[in-house]
Amino acid sequence: MIPRYQKILFAILLAASLLMSMALWQLRERAHQRLIAGQDSAPTRAPEVALAEQATLLVANDSDGSLMAQLHSLPLPADPGSRARAVLGKLLDLYAAPGAAHSVPGGASSVAQVFLLPAPEIGASQAQSSDAQLAVVNLTGSFAASHPSGIETETLTVLSICNTLFANLPSVTQVRFLVDGQPRATLAGHADLTRAYLAAEAVPADKTRP
Amino acid sequence: MRWSKQALPALIAAGLVGLSAAAQAPPPSSGSPARFVVVLDAAHGGDDAGGHLANNQLEKTFTLALSVRLRSLLGARGIQVVTTRESDATIEPERRAEIANHARAEACLSLHASESGSGVHLFTSSLAPAQPVRFNAWKTAQAAWVTRSLALAGVLNSALLHTGMSVTLGRTSLPAINSMTCPAVAVEIAPERSADRQTTAGLDDAEYQARVAVALAAALVEWRADAWRAEAHQP
Repeated sequence: MIPRYQKILFAILLAASLLMSMALWQLRERAHQRLIAGQDSAPTRAPEVALAEQATLLVANDSDGSLMAQLHSLPLPADPGSRARAVLGKLLDLYAAPGAAHSVPGGASSVAQVFLLPAPEIGASQAQSSDAQLAVVNLTGSFAASHPSGIETETLTVLSICNTLFANLPSVTQVRFLVDGQPRATLAGHADLTRAYLAAEAVPADKTRP
Repeated sequence: MRWSKQALPALIAAGLVGLSAAAQAPPPSSGSPARFVVVLDAAHGGDDAGGHLANNQLEKTFTLALSVRLRSLLGARGIQVVTTRESDATIEPERRAEIANHARAEACLSLHASESGSGVHLFTSSLAPAQPVRFNAWKTAQAAWVTRSLALAGVLNSALLHTGMSVTLGRTSLPAINSMTCPAVAVEIAPERSADRQTTAGLDDAEYQARVAVALAAALVEWRADAWRAEAHQP
């Protein structure tokens, strides 16, 4: 025989359990609604598509040691740093293509970042405008490791990168290089990567030699 | 590449190291019929293998062999030779420049090899020519010798062309060359290739190596004759 007080206690606990289950269900539904509202993935703005523009690439040729200006049409972002990276990516894609006159593996992904900073003074004898910029090109370690070794081939790569930047970003007056974010003595044993390459040393955008 | 408007880079400030006054006397030559020294710098060596050439050959081995061969040829022509290395040893670029500068040489050749390109590549420093001063910045010491280095490259170019080789002339920034206080040229030997980029003489071709060495020796003999002629015309 179950005592009366135990029956009453059981009924109360059962009722409480049901009420708590209903409350929990309600809370879950509300949280679910809030989550759906917060994750609304419907586009609110149309994506921006960069328009194709003409870029001047100084393309190297190993057979005669020259840099040749070529015009290419490619989408260029408005942001100068992204723009510089896009231009250099196209240049290195040309070098990675089969049959390239200056063959270097890696392609566009070899340029990790291009940072644009205010250019430091380069000497009392050379005046530069206040908006002059230093481009710091951060190459990947795999690009440097796979680059063919040699004075000519390394010099051509460095100069084609520098002159392509000078041709497409007039505010850039100096270029420095990093590899995996660190300074490095040479590209692949020869070309000096410790110095700043100056626009004042740049070649005119026609045919020339390093 | 046109470098004529280049000013001395900002590296001057960072790299100022006084060279000894004796070694940094102005470029006009100290050469005389009794003394004509050539420095041969076999690039790389030791831990630094340089480039990997065809048939598993290393650049450091090739340059040392060329240096030894050229030293013999020049010695036979009465030219005193100083080498930066005689074995497979690691030599830092600064040490190479020190050896060259102490030799007070009339010509310094830095020997390299590469599988890229064709023929012989002659590189002089990309530093802008500068007036000689009593003390030079270490990293740009070559600036006062650039004009003579270009003249030496011209003589080397003529000799190589005379033997039928293709030559590419250029300017570059090499730490060892930039610190040398002598007429200095980096000589990079590449395989000889035809117009359709087929290799006609590889770097392991003994006849090709000999042809390059003989042409370089002939050029240095001509360079010595030019130096003597210039000295004879001085009052």
